[in-house]
Amino acid sequence: MDASLPPRLEVVGISKSFPGVLANDHVSFAVQPGEIHALLGENGAGKSTLVKMIYGIMQPDAGEIRWDGQPVVVAHPRAARRLGIGMVFQHFSLFEALTVLENIALGMDAKIPQRELETKIREVMQTYGLTLDPHRIVSTLSVGERQRIEIVRALLLDPRLLIMDEPTSVLTPQEVDQLFDVLRQLAKEGCSILYISHKLHEIKALCDTATILRGGRVVDTIDPKVETSRSMAEKMIGAGLKDIQKPAGRAFGGEKLVVKGLSMPGEGHFGVALKDISFSVRAGEIFGIAGVAGNGQNALLLALDGEVIGHDAGAVILDGEAVGRENAKQRRLRGLCTVPEERNGHAAVADFSLADNAVLTGRDRLGMVISGMLRSGVARDFTGKVISTFSVKATGAGATAGSLSGGNLQKYIMGREILQNPKVLVVSQPTWGVDAGAAATIHQAIVDLAVAGSAIVVISQDLDELLALSDTLAVINTGRLSKPIPIGDVSIQELGLLMGGVHGEAPTPPAEKELADVV
Amino acid sequence: MKLKLEKRPEPSRLMLYASPVGAVIVTMIVGAIIFSIIGYDGLGAVYQVFIAPVATSYKWSDVAIKASPLILIGVGLAVGNRAAIWNIGAEGQYVVGALAGAGIGLLTQNATGPWILPLMILAGIIGGAIWGAIPAWLRTSFNVNETLSSLMLTYVAIHLMNYLVTGPWKDPTGFSFPQTPLVTADQTLPIIIPGTQIHLGVAITLVIAVVMWLLMTRSVFGFQIRVVGSAPQAARHGGFSHKQTVWLAFLLSGGMAGLAGIFEVCGPFSQISLGFPQNYGFTAIIVAFLGRLNPLGVILAGIVLAITYVGGDMAQSALQLPNASKGIFQAMMLFFLLASDILVRYRLRLVRRAPAAVSATVPERSAA
Repeated sequence: MDASLPPRLEVVGISKSFPGVLANDHVSFAVQPGEIHALLGENGAGKSTLVKMIYGIMQPDAGEIRWDGQPVVVAHPRAARRLGIGMVFQHFSLFEALTVLENIALGMDAKIPQRELETKIREVMQTYGLTLDPHRIVSTLSVGERQRIEIVRALLLDPRLLIMDEPTSVLTPQEVDQLFDVLRQLAKEGCSILYISHKLHEIKALCDTATILRGGRVVDTIDPKVETSRSMAEKMIGAGLKDIQKPAGRAFGGEKLVVKGLSMPGEGHFGVALKDISFSVRAGEIFGIAGVAGNGQNALLLALDGEVIGHDAGAVILDGEAVGRENAKQRRLRGLCTVPEERNGHAAVADFSLADNAVLTGRDRLGMVISGMLRSGVARDFTGKVISTFSVKATGAGATAGSLSGGNLQKYIMGREILQNPKVLVVSQPTWGVDAGAAATIHQAIVDLAVAGSAIVVISQDLDELLALSDTLAVINTGRLSKPIPIGDVSIQELGLLMGGVHGEAPTPPAEKELADVV
Repeated sequence: MKLKLEKRPEPSRLMLYASPVGAVIVTMIVGAIIFSIIGYDGLGAVYQVFIAPVATSYKWSDVAIKASPLILIGVGLAVGNRAAIWNIGAEGQYVVGALAGAGIGLLTQNATGPWILPLMILAGIIGGAIWGAIPAWLRTSFNVNETLSSLMLTYVAIHLMNYLVTGPWKDPTGFSFPQTPLVTADQTLPIIIPGTQIHLGVAITLVIAVVMWLLMTRSVFGFQIRVVGSAPQAARHGGFSHKQTVWLAFLLSGGMAGLAGIFEVCGPFSQISLGFPQNYGFTAIIVAFLGRLNPLGVILAGIVLAITYVGGDMAQSALQLPNASKGIFQAMMLFFLLASDILVRYRLRLVRRAPAAVSATVPERSAA
């Protein structure tokens, strides 16, 4: 970083509003050449809007973008790429049926002959240690490998600024380390990196500077190396952070949920099949299930809550009763409540009121039905109770679920299930896309329910969350579940290997092999 | 300066109710223009089709009689459409319901007693429900698209009717006309308003519409229908079976179409002839949407469409408008309704500066 040079990118007083929201309010910050700069903020803080304007997908209402000190108008992404701005999105835009090479060719602005392109791709890959066979079909690649295609695609343009939007949410810990090596090498060569994330330890490990956004405004620009994760989190949410209160050394009760040899064919073309899954959860225990997205987490939740019914009654045993052949309603009546990962359209109906959403899962357990007719008063009272107990920000029981922010809706859904006093609660990605404040509330509620004697299964991609919550941990990979490990015996290294698909082998020797394979 | 469609933060309730009214008004305006262009008295046509039946008090009874089957079928379709289950074959279910009831009628030609009419009505409901059960079965067992199967079964039903009416069920005393024998006194729906043609079926229709409204808004059944239509996955999560909902929707809408069919046999038609199918089953699709898939709205929409039926006939005699013209008006209504429905979720806005072009290779991402 040479202080005499103008900043690579400077954003001055940028504002952008959408109907009803001021997404960016006079945002200013600068990225120096060769700097890894973090944009840190909760969901809805305005990070995505800001980078969309830098990448030319949207235009600011006011303010200026300067590139190497010169004011520029980035009219569209092609203009951004011409300036030397590359972007790797959180969700990939790849054609499953095409090869790596074909996918990259499709994304190029300039027409380059295939052979020439392939040579260039191999060059880039070699420079940055990104191994990938250009002729592999995308559908056969892991998520980490797919991300590598997007990175290669961006690097082919010799970017001088690379924007990475939440790049690690789909990676195993080992893959994250490899990605960071690539990014550090790029920075050393002078490429600036704008790194968007809310994962604080990653920002501490990787970034030189962090700009913190809250409610569309810049609240601070800091050096993450000298801050603690906690101080950054507090700046991000604008309030003090509460620790999870978890009584140490609790005793567990009897087995509330036993899963024995649960197998299930995959749903549809891309569904993951479950293979011989076995585990048990005792009263008061929190059982964590880690894994990279798309390894059967959703299928497991559906099989547990009866949305998909198998042939073996004994595969799911709830409080001593074999319920494997029962449907969702019957299982819920027995005390099994679940929270699926997708909030809109699965856990809740966006255009229904919160009271109607209470009817969706609570009607039978909470007496909201008398001879086929709904008792709307009971549903409204219960909804009011959820709203006040879990401090959900909503205009009332009549507000539509879709009008709530992600975090508030998640609090509502968690509250709806927890206040039904389930014997067993299965939750998937409980704090996915939820801000830190709401996540803390949800975590505490899960622990409190366990302390009160429920058996809880938490399925999550967030290892930090699982390590903080779980008493026992297992890893799901391609529809298989690893052996449960008591939380005290867990090593991150071992978890990472299990997430990558190495089952039951000694952790040390395959570590090297695994790295060699993946990189 | 250009017009831009902008998503509303919440669907507009005003537009939800204004758009059917707007659709009817735009239909009148565009209808007047079209018929003027092709050489008819356009304003006169609109007057005859939309206003005259209302302005002429002796036509009210005609409107009520035409509205009854439209409302009955429309309410059934509204329930299915709410669940995003598309029964396009109500016309066939209407015909088969009429045939099933008329079959009982043939068997009881020489019998007397108050039990005959209820039995025919029951047969009508079951007939329609069975015809509706076929697409439901195909959908739930083989995942056959119900839109296509229900539509095609309509033509099967009409051919079945043609066969029966020209063959085995032809009235032996009917001078070889292709029609069934007239219904007997015990097979006829009583007139409830003396001096008019308004029969008991009209009253039953209104009661059913109100009951269905109560069920849709207050019962678990209505909740199931709504949640299956809005978010099928959430419905599954809530313990509602999609297959069961498909069956319910088809049995209900089929049964109601069948009921409408037998009401016509025991009421205005008094028999089944080749001209028996009046397109009520298809027009009821318009009724269901114009009524916002709400049974009470369907009552109003049924009356509006019934007016166009009666008015179409009046325009035919007054202005020599072709019979197809009422179909044009009805179709325009659905078309304009669907078009204006975009304003429920979007609003029009004038923007000064042209929005930046978004490169096609980089799909836009959703905002955080």
